[in-house]
This record gives sequence, structure tokens and C-alpha cells, in this order.
Amino acid sequence: MNAAEPILVNASRFRAAHELDWKRLDGIVSRIERRGIGALTENDLLMLPLLYRSALSALSVARETSLDRALTNYLEALCTRAYFQIYGVPTSFWTQLKEFFVRGWPQAVQSLWRETLVAVVLTLVAAVTAFLLVMHDPSIFYSIIPDSLAGGRDPSASAESLRQTLYSEGKEQDWLATFATALFTHNAQIAIFAFALGFAFAIPTVLLIVYNGLMLGAFLAVFAAKGLGLEAGGWLFIHGTTEIFSIILSGAAGFRIGTAIAFPGRSARADFAFAVGRQASAVMAGAVVMLILAGLLEGIGRQTILNDGARYAIGGAMLAGWLTYFYAVRKRNVAVS
Amino acid sequence: MWPFRKRGPKPPHSLRRSFVTPEGVDLQLELGGAGARAAAFMLDALFMLIVLIVASIVIGLLAAAAKSQLMVILWLIGFFVLRNGWFILFEIGGRGATPGKMALGLRVVARDGAPLTGGAVIARNAMREIEVFLPLSFLGYQASQEASDAFLAIFALSWSGIFLFFPLMNRDRLRVGDLVGGTWVVRTVRTKLAADLGAEEEVARPRRSFTDAALDLYGVYELQTLEEVLRVGRPEALATVAAAVRRKADLPDDGDDLGFLTDYYRALCVRLERGMMLGRRRDNKFSPAVSRRG
Repeated sequence: MNAAEPILVNASRFRAAHELDWKRLDGIVSRIERRGIGALTENDLLMLPLLYRSALSALSVARETSLDRALTNYLEALCTRAYFQIYGVPTSFWTQLKEFFVRGWPQAVQSLWRETLVAVVLTLVAAVTAFLLVMHDPSIFYSIIPDSLAGGRDPSASAESLRQTLYSEGKEQDWLATFATALFTHNAQIAIFAFALGFAFAIPTVLLIVYNGLMLGAFLAVFAAKGLGLEAGGWLFIHGTTEIFSIILSGAAGFRIGTAIAFPGRSARADFAFAVGRQASAVMAGAVVMLILAGLLEGIGRQTILNDGARYAIGGAMLAGWLTYFYAVRKRNVAVS
Repeated sequence: MWPFRKRGPKPPHSLRRSFVTPEGVDLQLELGGAGARAAAFMLDALFMLIVLIVASIVIGLLAAAAKSQLMVILWLIGFFVLRNGWFILFEIGGRGATPGKMALGLRVVARDGAPLTGGAVIARNAMREIEVFLPLSFLGYQASQEASDAFLAIFALSWSGIFLFFPLMNRDRLRVGDLVGGTWVVRTVRTKLAADLGAEEEVARPRRSFTDAALDLYGVYELQTLEEVLRVGRPEALATVAAAVRRKADLPDDGDDLGFLTDYYRALCVRLERGMMLGRRRDNKFSPAVSRRG
């Protein structure tokens, strides 16, 4: 009847006792959500786990003793937000990036060696097939490579005009960087695509890799028929070792996804898919990094370096560098992480 | 406890998932529904389009002024980063959400509750290539071709549609990308603690008291429904509910629906909570009353 009457509803007593703590936790979590963990004072940082745990226990108590649904809903939402700020926040971007280059990427590539081998074999078989086919019957070239891509480099071209395409120096230095960028974005999109298509049981990825090999073989055949094989090899080699390797790797990442979906083995399909997915995505992200270099080599390096020997040397050095980086024996990861 | 938790047939396709924290409390995560997810994506697509248009205009103006290839390069790289990086960069950040997801109160988290790694975010977003861009490119292809290819286009569209509509085909609303990245999208809304219905008003007023018989009418389910009616506070709903309670409890109408229902809510709440303390939880009006034994 009057204000002195004790509060009888559990939830009200409970709210009165803890509401300030919840509000404080709410404030801290909101600040992290808005401006990151750096926005917290030292004191807030120390209080965060305490407040989180007390809110969590309040949630358990409220579920068992209180019928105030607004209260349990509020605490559920608050605890969920706090949980993800405490447990779900990744290590800093730069730490992750360093970890990726030092360990994550090469390890992921190593673990995909089987798929990589398959992709290499597919590329080689396709390239050799296309090479032999076009050498035997040049008209096949037109059914492999669309006109827009050939750009005059087809069997009907004269040896002289072919030679020119191999050693054409960029007219304006300005254009080289643009050319390199366009190459990179185009190729990187294909690498990502090859990875994603792996989900369809890797069949489209196989097609993509085979087609890539076919184009390679067909182009080489056109030049080889005119006695320009070695020169075309250099033209291709300078960036190709990096570019084709990266396409092969992203294809391998796609294969890994596809086989994981199709043959999950003993684990549940979803569990296996994601264990594999993170690994494969590291390989794909690495492939994009490789393509940046390949784009620079192709767009700038190839247009300025016209010496076959230098072209082969650079391409070979890149390949050796990649192979060492990926497959060189590393100390086992002894750290606890 | 479990036999008492059953509240008749479970609501179909609930998006609540049990999720136990290291402290041993089940957070009962709520997954983002397909509609909210689609809306978030639309918003993101819209934002990306706006950024693209604004940036293109700015770069175009700068390029006209500077006459340099630098702007073309900037645009090419910008386009690539926008297309592939928008989702990845936002989700890798501490919030785990793109602007679209933030607007709808969604957040990407790892299904096992561990921190969301860069690998998982990249995997889940690279898959957008086959979920979104593949159907789109088939659409574009179809539009550019003659009708003779219609069959091929329909086949390609329905094939790529499998990936697009994948979230509707599993109960956790997982995208293809979620499956591969080991993530799911949960609702994390900022809520305010709603006012306490059980608390005393500042102006003290006499409370109605109710007989045991009147309070034995309802259980927890009805109490919480009443709570919702009181919180929303629509006069028509209040009048209907008050009339129903009065009729059942055989009480006279005193003209103050809100006051009556608030008092009834408090009294019922106290009674049901006491029963709960004694291990007699009354889930709804069909279960045996708290006061009766046996």
C-alpha cells in the first residue's frame, strides 16, 4: 500500500541490485563496438571480464527465478554481445598478416601438395595436347582461343609480326603500370573464381585449369611453328612462372574444397568443409598476392626487358624463390599457439 | 528440469541455437533469418554502388584535371578492392559485420565460438563469386545472346541458383560461404532494458488484491503474454485482455484497465515465482495450479 512495502517480484529486486552493473557493461561493450578496444580506459578493461561474468550469472539466475521476459531477453542480448567482444575478437590485423606470410601461407600450400600436383599435371597435359594439335592442324587454334584474346597472334600471322608482339616496347611508360594493374585485377578475379567454383565438386575448376593449359599450348604452338619457340618461352616465362603457378595453386585450393564436399570421409560434411575451407582460402589469398607480382612482371618487367636470357633468368629465379618459400623444410611450429 | 520445459509443440523452424560459453551458460544464440540476411546484402550492394559511383566521378574529375594514368590505375585497383574487399575488410574488423549487417543487427561469428580468423572471412566471402556473380554473369550472358541459347541460359541460371538459394535449404541458414568458412550469422541487437513492470510507481496508489482462485487462472505463458500487452500498451488490446480476465475471475469492471492489469500482473508474477521457487513451475493455464497439491 505504501512506498515502504517490500518489493515482492523477484525480477524487480534482482534488477535493483544489478542494474547498474549491466548498464556499465552495456556502455563498455557499446564503446568497443563503436571505436574498438583502444577506446577503453584501463579501469574499464579490467572491469570488462568481471562485469561479463556477473551478467552471465545474472542471466542464469534470471532464467531460473524470474518470469520477467524483458529482463531475460535483455540479459541474453547483452551477454551475447559481450561474449563476442571478449572471445570472438580476432588477433590484430597486422599480427594475422605476419602469421600468414611466415607460417600460414606456406603451410597451407604444403598441405595442398597433392592437389597442386594434379593441377600441374592437368595444365601440362592440356598444354602438350593443345601444342601437338595446333602444330598438326593450325585451324584448331581458332576453336581454342577467341579472336579477342589472340590479338593477331594466330597461325596466319607472319613470323615478323609475331616477333614484334614478343619484343614490343611500351610506347608510353605511363601505360605500363595501367596494363599491369588491369592484368592483375583480371587474373586475380579468375583465381578467386577458380577457388569458389571448387564448391561445385571441383568440376568447373578442372575445366578452368584445363582451358588455361590449352591456351598456353596453343599460343606456344603458333610461335614454335614459325621458329620462335624459344623466344616465346622467354616472353611467357618471365611472368608465367609466377602467374601460372598462382593459377595452379588457386585451382588446387578449389580441388581441395570440391573433394572435401564430395568425400568428407569420417567427419561431418560441414565440419570437414570448414576445416579445409580456411586452409584453401589461405592458398587462394596467397595466389592473389602472387598475381600482384605477376602483374608487375608482365606489365612492366616484360615490356622493358627485351633480352631472352634475362627473361628466363628472372622467371627462373621467381620460380625457385616460390618453391623454396613454399616447400623448404621449416622448423616445426614449437610455439604453443 | 527438462520435462517441464516442454511447452507443447515447438515453434517450427526456430532460429534459436544452443551455444554454451566457456563459463557454462547457454546463450541461446538467435540466427539471422533469410530475410534479414538478404536485406543486409541488398543494403551492402547499394552502399557499394554508391561508393563506386561517387568514387568514379571523383576519379574521373581528377583524371580530367591531371591527365595522368595514375587515376586509371587507382580506379582499377579501387574497383577490385571494392568488389572483393568490401565484405572481407569489414568482417575482419572487430565488429564482424558489414554496414548492411550492422544496420540489421547481424554479426558473423565462427560456428565453434572461436575468434573469427581472416581465413574464415576470406573463404566465406570468396564464395560470393559463385553465389552472386555467377548467376549475374549468366543473366548478362543470357541478355546478350539470341533466344536459341535460352535453354542453356535457363540451365545455367538454375544451376547457379542452387548456390544462391542454398541458405533456404538448411536449417541454420548457412550460405555456401558460411559452410566453407565455418561461420554463421547471428543477431546481436543492442536492446534497452525495458521498464520494470513489477516496480513501485513513484506515486503510491492503492493496489488491488486478488483471491487465490483469480490467480490460479493462468500460468507462465499467459503471464508473459500479458507482459507483452502491457509493454506495448495498445488501449484496445488492454481492454480486451482486461475484460477476459475480469470475466474469468468474476471481478467487476472498475474502468481502469491499465491499473487493473498491472496489479494483476504483479500479483500473478509473485505467485508464479513463489511456486517456481518451490519447484512447482506452472507453464500455462492447462497445467495444474500452483496452490493445489498433488
